[in-house]
Amino acid sequence: MFFRKTRSGLHRSRHNKSLIGLVPAGLVVLGLFAGGVVVAIGQSLGLWSATGGHSGLTLVHYAGLWRDREVWRSAGLTIGIGLMATLSSAAGGAGIALALRRRAARSGWISSLLQAPLAIPHLSMAIVLMNLVAPGGLVARLIFRFGWIGGPEGFPELINDGWGVGIFLAYLLKEVPFVALMLLALLLRVGEGYEEVARTLGAGWWQRLRHVWLPLMAPAGLTSALMVFAFILGAYEVPALLGRQYPAMLSVVVQRRYQDIDLAARPGAIALAVVLSLVTAGLVWLFLRVSRRHGGAERLVLF
Amino acid sequence: MGRRRRGEALTIGMIGIPGIGPIVMLAVWSLAGSWFWPDLLPGAWSLRAWRYLASPSSGVLEALATSLGIALAVALLALGIGWPAARTIASRGFSARRGVIFLLLLPVLAPPLASTMGMHALFLVYGLADTVSGVMLAHLVPTVPYAILVLAGSFTRLDPDLEAQARSLGANWWQVWCHVTMPAMLPGVAVAGVFAFVISWSQYLSTLIIGGGQVLTLPLELVSFQRAGDESMAAALSLFFLAPPVLLFLLVGRFMISGEWRHTR
Repeated sequence: MFFRKTRSGLHRSRHNKSLIGLVPAGLVVLGLFAGGVVVAIGQSLGLWSATGGHSGLTLVHYAGLWRDREVWRSAGLTIGIGLMATLSSAAGGAGIALALRRRAARSGWISSLLQAPLAIPHLSMAIVLMNLVAPGGLVARLIFRFGWIGGPEGFPELINDGWGVGIFLAYLLKEVPFVALMLLALLLRVGEGYEEVARTLGAGWWQRLRHVWLPLMAPAGLTSALMVFAFILGAYEVPALLGRQYPAMLSVVVQRRYQDIDLAARPGAIALAVVLSLVTAGLVWLFLRVSRRHGGAERLVLF
Repeated sequence: MGRRRRGEALTIGMIGIPGIGPIVMLAVWSLAGSWFWPDLLPGAWSLRAWRYLASPSSGVLEALATSLGIALAVALLALGIGWPAARTIASRGFSARRGVIFLLLLPVLAPPLASTMGMHALFLVYGLADTVSGVMLAHLVPTVPYAILVLAGSFTRLDPDLEAQARSLGANWWQVWCHVTMPAMLPGVAVAGVFAFVISWSQYLSTLIIGGGQVLTLPLELVSFQRAGDESMAAALSLFFLAPPVLLFLLVGRFMISGEWRHTR
């Protein structure tokens, strides 16, 4: 009895001590991150202002966004590029993972090869792509050698173009290997058992793909795709280097307006940033919902 | 069989290009003296870009020192702050895990725009804007949650009974730490530290906003060289910029569970 009492006492003190362990991290996540978001929301609602004075609670900055044609165009461009890049990365990554799963099960260097592009920062990838597919770049020179174009001016505009093709390509180079690596890890855990059963039952390759591999990959593919999409929504470096000033992706618009010499543009920029953050928070929540349904968030996140 | 092997070789070639291609291309560009249309290789080679980068007048060495200092400090801080939190989250009795994970994933996955702008307003009040310490604080936001998630993964694989057994055999806390806890946690610590370093190293927008153009790190210099249109210089600086992440990932690659890439977005 006595022993049990001290034990539980010990337990409680250890538990309290461990809750104290959360304090420094709480200061960072709640103080800096959540605090920053709260201040940003306050600024976007006119409660604090960079110019000193405050106008009182107002939705005028959000209403301004609603009427702003540039914002709508940028939102369309952002969602379009985000969806295209996400879907292509998911399809490409799934294809690569399926094609290489047997070899990757035998030798570890396939995964290392897939990790290499992940180690290269987005900024460097954007610079490489810029020099590669610019009108005078390496790709245009190769095509010129083949005689398909008469000069640099014959090469299609892929950098700083209106459709964001350059941005899309840069994200492909980074995100396809990412999705492939996620799915490859899954396929290596699953093994070839289902494939062999389906084969024995006489399923053709399309049936095996449709009824075995795609359902197996769907949850992990969906969570990876959500992460890619959430990232592209807010990422800045790639569209800043490879995109146009108008129409620009939302993150570029936010940054440009925030650092405008005219401080009056700042609350509108912050309001737009808040909207972007809320959308992404929704996606993170969705990500957790999806991953929880398939084996629990802890399992997927903490491994 | 032959067809499948050819298909495999093609796929391997395709995935090799985005990983190795950029490094080779950047090296060639950085050494190009003149490279006119439609040559596929530079007409003349030159060390101009590298010489200029190494000269004090370019400001690159200073930016390198700033970047290294910030990223090292942030990595150490993230490990120190992340360790006790990860231990708590991974412990069996902890019930709020799901909510905490959502809170931790937000700064990792959400765009840093709104939070950075709010922090900027706060830092302007407290005199942290335009300073190195302000930038380091801003870099803690994406790195600490990441370190916690990786370390918590390691802690869930560490059996706390092992520590209890060592203690009951008479080991003091230092011996337990050195011989039981640390060996089991080392892979997680290496991965968390490397990722925290790399995330801080690659930060662009948060450094630009909080640093206000006064704190010049390598990515900021890189963008200004690229915008100035000097391709050789931007390529050489790009190599500088991507070398630490690539080398560090090679170093800890064998500790890495592929799922840990999940949080680098």
